[in-house]
Amino acid sequence: MIFDWAWVADNLGDIWAALAEHIVLTVIPIGLGFLMAFPMALASIRWPGLYSPLLGVAGILFSIPTLALFVVMIPFTGLSKATAIVPLTLYTLLILLRNTVEGLKGVPVHVREAAEAMGYTRTRQLFRIELPLAVPVIVAGLRIATVNTIAYVAITALIGQGGLGNLFMDGFLRQFPTPLIVGLVLSVTLAVTADLGLLGVQRVLTPWQRDPG
Amino acid sequence: MFEVTTSLIEWFADPINWQGPNGIPTRVLEHIYYSVLAIVLAVAIAQPVGILIGHTGRGGALAINLTNAARAVPTFGVILLTFLVAGIGLAPVLVALVVLAIPSMVTNTYAGFRAVDRDVRDSAVGMGMTGWQVIRRVEIPVAMPLIMAGVRISAVQIVATATFAAVVSLGGLGRYIIDGLAQQDLPEVLAGAILVAALSLLTELGLSRLQRVVVSSGLQEESEEASMETRLEGTTG
Repeated sequence: MIFDWAWVADNLGDIWAALAEHIVLTVIPIGLGFLMAFPMALASIRWPGLYSPLLGVAGILFSIPTLALFVVMIPFTGLSKATAIVPLTLYTLLILLRNTVEGLKGVPVHVREAAEAMGYTRTRQLFRIELPLAVPVIVAGLRIATVNTIAYVAITALIGQGGLGNLFMDGFLRQFPTPLIVGLVLSVTLAVTADLGLLGVQRVLTPWQRDPG
Repeated sequence: MFEVTTSLIEWFADPINWQGPNGIPTRVLEHIYYSVLAIVLAVAIAQPVGILIGHTGRGGALAINLTNAARAVPTFGVILLTFLVAGIGLAPVLVALVVLAIPSMVTNTYAGFRAVDRDVRDSAVGMGMTGWQVIRRVEIPVAMPLIMAGVRISAVQIVATATFAAVVSLGGLGRYIIDGLAQQDLPEVLAGAILVAALSLLTELGLSRLQRVVVSSGLQEESEEASMETRLEGTTG
């Protein structure tokens, strides 16, 4: 008997709490990561010399093994939520920065020139023309970052956080597969739902792309 | 913070940590052993599949979708589950590491093959090359930047994720992190983290160098771009 439905029925409250924590530990780093990456991307467009160094630093951060970065935070933040949130935020930077910059750079020159000729100021041009056109690439970045983050959050169970990762550890420590399977299924479901949700957001934000063909 | 740094230096300076079954050399070798096994197995499984779907062009969409779905599966959970099902041993960890590594290799090899210029392929066929010759002498060399980028990203992922072997009672550098956490021995935990980070960095550097050697000199620029692209597709443990 590998899956115990009765356990699920008895522990719906805990399962729900783990899922809610998992969502919080995903949404905060993605939000913070975007808040950091966005100005960095604008700066990289304005001063192109900044882009390589910023991308380089974000790349180094991204290549640090997750568990290692969580653990290195402990002297600074103990076993608090911040120990999970700071590394998770840093991991999103590479993808979000790169996709935002590439998205903005991908706006065709003639579109930019048309906007300028129509008398758009630099700021208005950015918010009314370039950002909307860059939405598909930016959202693509958000989707990758979100799916990655959802998978990473579980690891923080080892440093006292974890969301659904706590279900993994619970099943593992008690040699009882049910919580582990529930955690895995919910984690994958959450990732797929978030991915499709963001795709939906992109559709809403880019109505001109909906025409078939 | 200063205290932590001092005790960390002391930990590295302590001869105890350099000898015996829990010494740094042993743990590093164990970590490398798990990683190399997983990388070799993953290459042996993923490359033929990538080459096949790349050469024939069939099943590509399925492979890409599977890869995207695979990114959503937390490896950490998979390792714990395979351990519960299969028990203590290297096999469950290897299975999880190999499964983790296969998608980026398959998609990169596939993408590399698809990016081979049609004209180049056609002229190879026109010169009388057989399918196998086209693969070996045209497609693989031209696709090499992406093939190697896939191997590199997977290898770095594997090295980073092999840390979790310690959670299921095996060795490797994760031992320091897991034992240190259990004993609230912060210097040991940090030492483990630093060693894992260093080893994955060395893997990245070593394979970048290898990539420069095996990629034809005419393709070096594309090789650099491919590295940047694929890096974003991977997840570390």
